[in-house]
Amino acid sequence: MNAIETKWIAVGSITDIPREGARCVEAGALRIAIFRTVDDDVYAIEDRCPHKGGPLSQGIVHGGCVTCPLHNMVIALESGEAQGADEGRATVFRTRQRDGLIFVSGADIASAEARQPVSTAA
Amino acid sequence: MKQKLVIIGNGMAPGRMLEHLFEVAPDAYDVTIFNAEPRVNYDRIMLSPVLSGCKTFDDIVIHGDGWYVEHGVMLYKGHRIAAIDRAAKTVTSEHGETVPYDKLVIATGSNPFIIPVPGHDLPGVLSYRDLDDVEAMLLAAQSREKAVVIGGGLLGLEAAAGLKERGMDVTVLHLMPTLMERQLDPSAGHLLRHELESRGIDIVTEARSARILGDAKVTGVELKDGTVIDASLIVMAVGIRPNIALAQDAGLEVDRGIVCSPTMATSDPDIFAVGECVEVDGRVYGLVAPLYEMARVLAGHLSGNPSQRFIHAETPTRLKVTGIDLYSAGDFAEGDDREEIVLRDAAAGIYKRLILKDNRIIGVVLYGETADGSWFYDLMKKGTDISEMRDTLIFGSAYQGGAPLDPTAAVAALPLDAEICGCNGVCKGTIVEAITSKGLTSLDEVRAHTKASASCGTCTGLVEGLMAATLGDAFNPNAVKPICACTDLSHNDVRRLIRAKELKSIPALMQALEWKSSGGCAKCRPALNYYLVCDWPGEYADDYQSRFINERVHANIQKDGTYSVVPRMWGGQTTADELRAIADCVDKFGIPTVKVTGGQRIDMLGIRKEDLPAVWADLGRAGFVSGHAYAKGLRTVKTCVGTDWCRFGTQDSTGFGVRIEKFMWGSWTPAKVKMAVSGCPRNCSEATCKDVGVICVDSGYEIHFAGAAGLDIKGTEVLGHVKTEDEALEHIVALVQMYREQGHYLERIYKWARRIGYDEVRRQIMDDASARKAYFARFVFSQKFAQVDPWSERVSGKDKHEFKPMATIDTLQAAE
Ligand code: SRM
Ligand SMILES: Cc1cc2nc3c(=O)[nH]c(=O)nc-3n(C[C@H](O)[C@H](O)[C@H](O)COP(=O)(O)OP(=O)(O)OC[C@H]3O[C@@H](n4cnc5c(N)ncnc54)[C@H](O)[C@@H]3O)c2cc1C
Ligand code: SF4
Ligand code: FES
Repeated sequence: MNAIETKWIAVGSITDIPREGARCVEAGALRIAIFRTVDDDVYAIEDRCPHKGGPLSQGIVHGGCVTCPLHNMVIALESGEAQGADEGRATVFRTRQRDGLIFVSGADIASAEARQPVSTAA
Repeated sequence: MKQKLVIIGNGMAPGRMLEHLFEVAPDAYDVTIFNAEPRVNYDRIMLSPVLSGCKTFDDIVIHGDGWYVEHGVMLYKGHRIAAIDRAAKTVTSEHGETVPYDKLVIATGSNPFIIPVPGHDLPGVLSYRDLDDVEAMLLAAQSREKAVVIGGGLLGLEAAAGLKERGMDVTVLHLMPTLMERQLDPSAGHLLRHELESRGIDIVTEARSARILGDAKVTGVELKDGTVIDASLIVMAVGIRPNIALAQDAGLEVDRGIVCSPTMATSDPDIFAVGECVEVDGRVYGLVAPLYEMARVLAGHLSGNPSQRFIHAETPTRLKVTGIDLYSAGDFAEGDDREEIVLRDAAAGIYKRLILKDNRIIGVVLYGETADGSWFYDLMKKGTDISEMRDTLIFGSAYQGGAPLDPTAAVAALPLDAEICGCNGVCKGTIVEAITSKGLTSLDEVRAHTKASASCGTCTGLVEGLMAATLGDAFNPNAVKPICACTDLSHNDVRRLIRAKELKSIPALMQALEWKSSGGCAKCRPALNYYLVCDWPGEYADDYQSRFINERVHANIQKDGTYSVVPRMWGGQTTADELRAIADCVDKFGIPTVKVTGGQRIDMLGIRKEDLPAVWADLGRAGFVSGHAYAKGLRTVKTCVGTDWCRFGTQDSTGFGVRIEKFMWGSWTPAKVKMAVSGCPRNCSEATCKDVGVICVDSGYEIHFAGAAGLDIKGTEVLGHVKTEDEALEHIVALVQMYREQGHYLERIYKWARRIGYDEVRRQIMDDASARKAYFARFVFSQKFAQVDPWSERVSGKDKHEFKPMATIDTLQAAE
C-alpha cells in the first residue's frame, strides 16, 4: 500500500477560501476544487464538470451546490451528483477540518489519480 | 457522414416535423431550410390576434433565430425555391443558391385564392395569409376608412373582426346565404351574423362581386346586382389552393395537392411532402391538427421508423374572435337516417345541436357555450352509444349522473383519452401526466411540455380547468412568473420591495422576502446583486460571490477554462503605441489568438487565469482599461469616421462616441448595453440595430433605441431629435438610467422597452424634462462609485486569491 493512501493531506486553511467560493489544489495532473459554503462547510471535488469538463471552481456556489460556469449544470457539492433533469457525477474527495486547517483524503486522491488518462509524451 | 435534409417552406408543418426529428435523431441530418417568407417559423393561426392587437409578432414566433443556431439548421430567409432538379438532387433558389439534398421535404403550404374579377390586382387588394398581409392591413387601418372583406368563412370573419377592432368600417361580402356554412348550420350561422352585426360589422350575404373599382388604387367594389360599396382596403379570404407548382414542374405526381402515400412520400422516394400542399387518399387539409399528425409521421420516417402511417381524422373548428364562442365538428347535413337534439336559449345567446345516427353522435354545433365541445367530440370519435343518457345529453357532461357540476369538475369528469387540444392532438391523460410527473404549475410550463393550448389557444380555458382539477389550490392562473424556484416573487415585485423596505444586502433581502432556499441559486443571486448595486450606489457592498465568473475575474471564460481579454478602445479608435503594447503582450505571454471583434476592438484569447494580472499590468502601462467585454454593463460605443474624414459626415460622430463611452463606462446594467454613433444616415456604424444608437444629421442628432441584432433582429425605434451634442448626451444617459432602474436582470433594452411601451419611454425622456434631468443626475451619482478600472485594482492586489492555486500537492512526495 502506498503511503499517500492512508494520509490526510493538508491543503490550506479555511480562511484562504472566500465564503460561497472555491480555490484549487493541484495534484499532478489532477485539479481539485475546494469549496467553502456559507456555513463554513468544506467540500472537495475534481475541477471538471461531468458535462464538458467545465472548471467547477469558477461557478457560483449556492446552498450545497455549485452551478457550472460553462453551461449551468448544477452539481451537489457533497455527492458530485448533477441535480434536476441533468445526469452525471463529478469525482468527490473526502475532507476533514481541524483547527481551521483543511485536509483531503490521500486515498481518494490516489484512486482519482489512477483513473487519470496518461498522456504519452511526444 | 450526415445526410443532407433540405426543406422547402418554413411553415408550421415542417417546424413541428423538425421538433420531432431533433427529439429522436438530433444528429441524423444536416438541415437546410429555404423560406420564401423573410422570417422564422411562427404561429400562422395567431395572425388574427396580431391583427386585432391582442398579440405582437414576437409573441407568436415558434422558433426564434436562436433555435436555428442551437440546432445547427441553416435557414435561408426570403429565398424562394425556383426549381428542383431530381436527377442532380439539388434545389435552386430565385437568388441562384443551389444546394444538394439526400432527402427533400416540400412544405410549400397553400396560396390564397384570388377571385379573378377585374381590378383584383389593384393596390389595396390583399389576401390574408402571412405577416406581410397583416402589416399591410394594419397600415391601411391607420386611415380608419372603409374595408371590405370578401368571404364569410373562418379567415374572412377573423379579418373583419380584427379590422373592426383597429377602427375601420367593415363590410363582409359572402357568396352563400349564411356565414361559415361549411362549419355551421344555418341557425348558428344566423346567431353569428347577429352577433357580428351588433358589433357594427355590415354583412351582405348572397353577394357576388363583379369588379373592383379604382384607378391607381382601390376605391370600392361593385356587385353583380349593381350595388357599389366604397372601400380603401379589400381583403379576399375566399379559400386556399395547395401550392403545388414547384412539385408539378419537377414532374412529381400531383392532383389537388402533391400526391403522397400515408408515409408522406411523394412519387419520388427521396422526396417527401408535409402540410397544406399535401394530398393523401384524395383529401387535402387546411387546419393544423392533421398537418401536425403528418409532421409526426414524416419525422418517424426520416429517423428510420417506418411503421407510422397518416390516418384521416375529423378536426373540430373554432372561431378565434374574442367574445364569440363557437365550436363545430363532424357532419351536420340533414338526412332521413339522422336525428337531432337541439337546445336554444335565446336570452343567453346559446345554441347547441347534436346530429345523431344509430344512437351515435356524428356532428356537433355549439354556439355561445362551447365548454362541452371536447366531451361531445370524444363521444363522437369513439362512437359511444348514447341511448342511456339521451335525455340529458345536450346539457353536457356536467349533467350526467345527477347534480350539475362546476366547470372544474366537468373537466375532471372527462375520460383520460379525451382530446383537449385539437390543434396538437393532446389528450387529457398526457396533460395530467405531465403536470404530476414534472411538477408543472403554470400554463406556460404546460404549453412547453405538452404543446396543449400552444397553437390557437381556444382550449386555454380547458387546460386551466384541468390544471385546477389536478393541482387544486396550488394553481393560480393569474400568478406572475417568479424570478426562480427560490421565490414566488417576480422581478418587478422584488425591485419594488427592495426600495420600499430599504433592503440593502442579499441576506437581508432573502430574510425579509422569505426566500425558500438557503442562499438562493445561480439565477436569482446575480439578479439580486445587480438590483442592489443599482438602487443603493455607494451604500451596497457588491457581493462578489454572486457574480458570474466573468464579472468576478473581469475576463471571459472560454471553453477550455482559459480567459480572453478585451481592452477598451474608445469609440473603436487606437494608436500605434496601443497596438505595440498589445503586440508585446501577445509575445510575452504566448497568447495563442488575437482577433478583431465585432465591436471595433481587439480580443486576446486563450490566456491562463494565473497570467491575467500580469497581462493587465502590461496593458495598463500603455493606458488601457478594461473593455468590460464580460459585463452586464456598458460594452462598446461603435463609431464611424464622421466629419474628421468622411465626405458625408455631418457631425463629429467619432468624438461623440468617445465622449459617451468615457461618460458611461463602468456602469452596471440589467443586461449588456451596446451603442453606436453614425455620422450620417448612411449609418456605417450600424446604429439602428443597437440598444442605443445615434444618427447625426445636419440639424443635430437623431436618437434611436431598442434595437437588437443578436438572438433577435430588430431595427431601433426613434426616441427623438435634439439639436446639440450636450442634449444628446443627457437624453441617452437618462434613457439608460431609466432602463437600469426598471429592467429585469438579463432583459435587453429592446425587451424592456417593449414591455413598458415605447411611448412611455419617449414621454419620460423626451417630453418630461424634469424626469429626464432626475434620471441623468442619478446616473452621474452612481458613476462616482462605478468608474473604477477593475483591472488596475486587481493589478494592485485585489482578490489575489482568485489568480493562484491554494496549494500544489506533490503526490510522489506525499507518497514517501
Ligand atoms: C468577441 C465577440 C465576437 C467577435 O470575435 O467579434 C463576441 C464574443 C462573445 N459573445 Fe457576442 N461577441 C461579440 C460581439 C457581439 C455582437 C456584435 C456587436 O457587439 O456589435 C452581438 C450582436 C449584438 C448584441 O449584443 O445583441 C453579440 C451577441 C451576443 C449574444 C446575444 C445577445 C442577445 O441578447 O441577443 C450573446 C449571448 C448572451 O449575451 O447571452 C453573446 C455572447 C458572447 C460571449 C460572451 C459568449 C460567452 O458567454 O462566453 C462571447 C465571448 C467571447 C470572448 O471571450 O471574448 N454575444 N456579440 C464580439 C465582442 C465585441 C466586443 O468588442 O465587445
Ligand atoms: C389567418 C389565419 C388563421 C388561421 N387559423 C387557424 C385555426 O384557428 N386553426 C387551424 O387549425 N388552422 C388555422 N389556420 C391554418 C393554418 O395556419 C395552416 O393550416 C398552417 O399554417 C399550414 O402550415 P404549412 O406548414 O402547411 O404551410 P404554411 O404555414 O403556409 O407555410 C408555407 C411556407 O412555405 C413558403 N413557401 C412557399 N413556396 C415556397 C418556395 N417555392 N420556396 C420556399 N418557400 C416557399 C411560404 O412562404 C410559407 O412561409 C389559419 C391560417 C391563417 C392564414
Ligand atoms: S463568439 Fe458569439 S457567435 Fe461566436 S460562438 Fe461565441 S457566442 Fe456564438
Ligand atoms: S461543462 Fe459544465 S455544464 Fe457544460
